[in-house]
Amino acid sequence: MAAPKKGRRPAGGQSRPGRALALILIAMVALTGGMFWSGHTTPRLGIDLAGGTSITLKAKAEPGQDSAINPTNMNTAVGIIERRVNGLGVSEAEVQTQGDENIIVNIPRGTNEKQAREQVGTTAQLYFRPVLAVAAASPQTAPSATPSGSASPKPSASASSGAKVGEKSATPTATASPQGRALTEALKAPSPTPTASASSSAKPKATGTPQATPKPDPATAALQQKFATLNCLDPKARAAAGQGVKSSEPTVACGKNAIGQWEKYLLGPAEVDGRDVDKAKAGLDQRTGQWIVDMEFTDAGSKKFQSITSKLSQQTEPQNQFAIVLDGEVVSAPRVQTTLSASAQISGSFNQQSAQDLGNVLSYGALPLAFQTQSVDTVTAALGGDQLQAGLIAGAIGLGLVIIYLVAYYRGLSLIAILSLAVSALLTYVLMALLGPAIGFALNLPAVCGAIVAIGITADSFIVYFERIRDELREGRTLRPAVERAWPRARRTILVSDFVSFLAAAVLFIVTVGKVQGFAFTLGLTTLLDIVVVFLFTKPVMTLLARTKFFGNGHKWSGLDPKRLGAKPPLRRTRRAHAPVDAKEA
Amino acid sequence: MSKLGGLGARLHRGEVGYDFIGNRKIWYGLSILITITAIVALAVRGLNMGIEFQGGAVFTTPKSDVSVSQAQEFAEEASGHDAIVQKLGNGSLRIQVGGLDTDKSDQVRAELSKDLNVPEAKIAAELVGPSWGEQIATKAWTGLGVFMILVVIYLAIAFEWRMAVAALVALIHDLTITVGIYSLVGFEVTVGTVIGLLTILGYSLYDTVVVFDSLKEQTKDITKQTRFTYSELANRSINGTLVRSINTTVVALLPVAGLLFIGGGVLGAGMLNDISLSLFVGLAAGAYSSIFIATPLVADLKEREPSIKALRKRIMAKRASAAAKGESLDAADDLSAEAAVVGPRSGRRGTQEHRG
Repeated sequence: MAAPKKGRRPAGGQSRPGRALALILIAMVALTGGMFWSGHTTPRLGIDLAGGTSITLKAKAEPGQDSAINPTNMNTAVGIIERRVNGLGVSEAEVQTQGDENIIVNIPRGTNEKQAREQVGTTAQLYFRPVLAVAAASPQTAPSATPSGSASPKPSASASSGAKVGEKSATPTATASPQGRALTEALKAPSPTPTASASSSAKPKATGTPQATPKPDPATAALQQKFATLNCLDPKARAAAGQGVKSSEPTVACGKNAIGQWEKYLLGPAEVDGRDVDKAKAGLDQRTGQWIVDMEFTDAGSKKFQSITSKLSQQTEPQNQFAIVLDGEVVSAPRVQTTLSASAQISGSFNQQSAQDLGNVLSYGALPLAFQTQSVDTVTAALGGDQLQAGLIAGAIGLGLVIIYLVAYYRGLSLIAILSLAVSALLTYVLMALLGPAIGFALNLPAVCGAIVAIGITADSFIVYFERIRDELREGRTLRPAVERAWPRARRTILVSDFVSFLAAAVLFIVTVGKVQGFAFTLGLTTLLDIVVVFLFTKPVMTLLARTKFFGNGHKWSGLDPKRLGAKPPLRRTRRAHAPVDAKEA
Repeated sequence: MSKLGGLGARLHRGEVGYDFIGNRKIWYGLSILITITAIVALAVRGLNMGIEFQGGAVFTTPKSDVSVSQAQEFAEEASGHDAIVQKLGNGSLRIQVGGLDTDKSDQVRAELSKDLNVPEAKIAAELVGPSWGEQIATKAWTGLGVFMILVVIYLAIAFEWRMAVAALVALIHDLTITVGIYSLVGFEVTVGTVIGLLTILGYSLYDTVVVFDSLKEQTKDITKQTRFTYSELANRSINGTLVRSINTTVVALLPVAGLLFIGGGVLGAGMLNDISLSLFVGLAAGAYSSIFIATPLVADLKEREPSIKALRKRIMAKRASAAAKGESLDAADDLSAEAAVVGPRSGRRGTQEHRG
């Protein structure tokens, strides 16, 4: 923050007020135009003003695992929570990290708000379900539309290890059509309804669309129908597919295959769940040099896993796979090669990242970190509206009082102050409206407070400048030189003090969390705007108005009447020479 | 108002002026007294920490006919914890339940909704885990520390270390007084309070910096003259910026007063009120300290500097010899004599300008 050099003569830009005014006018028009053009004409409101629920989660470090709380894991967690909340059909829920170890989830008022709240802090639902059928992502009927994935699924690294589960490495889209009989049988398993009969041929179909069995029980038919129509390319459908399904029932789900394409799965009831996994870790296979994921099960989990793998290893493609389903989405669907129990290894076309991701998913359920709910703030729309109204009224009253005071004290001069405050207010409003979509700024109650407090800081800049001008007038100068001479000194004071104010806001913004941050942001923003307005508006307008008769001649009501100010006559005798107080700047 | 303008003129010329520096011991004493009171109050009474720092829940119901005592009964029954119930300005109830964890509070909210016969969706709830407030407090302290270090470095570079030290002392002074008042009155400390306190940081220094800026300017060539001592010049800069300080403080306090009035009057309680209350106390303390504490401290520190000490000696010697000769070279006399001459003439000039 360079304090401007003292003694710089009021020349150059300062005597050309038109340029600065044109600049700020263009900026105002451009910003306001941008605001209308973007369609965001009001600032986005925070939960406390609009109503809704705001949840703060804090990452909990496992003992000795402090380094687990890192930006990568936090971002993974944000992604997972976001998917989970938005998957519930809550519109525009927003999830973001705050500070190093917090995640804020803001849920606007919506139908599923309560459910979303329940979903957020909890660890994800992780299930191992047998795969009954796999198909291409969308409910296409035209054979030609089938993705051209390799038809031969490669059993990767199969022979090398007995205790291995092969990760499905290529999309078996061509073989994807469900085999009706097995499907129906599998579907029958959980429910005792002995209705279904195999009728669909086992012949692979190029359509990728499973045929509904002619006369299954209604539940099965519904599920088949759901599977047939499921479009995994649609994010909403994807999220909705696996939601709210009981673990004991079969379901449909979407998942990405090894080459990153969406596929849909028809899955049997969960046989093993996330709690059965003791730990899982990504690692490099010493022999093959490939990335693998090691899993270990708890005692109870081992038994269940043994039973599922013994069944699955007897099956043929695709029913020899089990799907690892996280929050209703298939994260991996490894093939089972042999019966396994306490520990298992998943191998396949992993890279380091995907292996670690899967390891995380398996060990933490959903989130790479455990989270603790720090605060839940539910604000009803009515209360939010009341608070917003109260904030606006308070702001208006504050502004009104300041204006009354300025008018009473500075008379005509207050016109400049009021205009400047208006410019400042307009810019603040427009920027807040634009920063909503741009960086996710939301106007919350502390931010409103920050803006109100900033009225005082903004007004102070004018007071500093006006007092300087008045001091110059008291020295016996006429207005025009006084305006120019007062500026360099006022400018330095304004910059120095605004810097302190901005420093406080910046430190607060970086260091603190939660509501404190919103407050600091507004305070910092308005402090910066204060400088812009004083330099580009207040000073040039002052220069211009000094040329008018009203101000220039020190009209009684101009606030610059030398008589009222008790000015000295223009030429003084010797005093200035020996009083350092009045030493010239130069 | 024009009276204040005229006062400004006389302050500017040094005709009138309060001897802030000369009476500094009184103000130091007063501040030490207040600070000790604040610390004692803090030690004895502690602070009334709000729910955000202890963990618990605050439920805000819509306007209802249920009485405060009834609501308290309901809340205590539903939660098994002590509850504090307030009726707010708009007729709604604010029910505060301590020690409730975030899991259980949902259940309490549901029960309250049944007891009070309002839909659950209309009850606002703020649930805070016990470690959240701790985290906010820790971060706030960190912020405070970082800010103080940075600002001291900045002031030491932009001004000088003595001013940095004095500003820091004034800042700590303001914070102590504010916290002390909170402890004495028993206002509840919430996140809003913390925000207010942190804002005082910036504002208290802002005010101090403006006075220091003027002081720096006034004392730029101090060793080249033998008329005024550093303390006298410091006193003049305080007096010279006094009108600005008053105006600034008034202008800063007005919006905060608006917040306080609206926050307390309309909504009863909440963040608006909490922020503005601590701001109000802190701003007043900040204005006081920049005039009565920070600048006198700078003068005290400065007077220990050899060159300033020597200057004072020279000035004192000069004044002594002048007094011996019976001349009136004293600064104050000189100035008032001048003012007497200046007054009427400037008046005439002003009138002429009006006509022209």
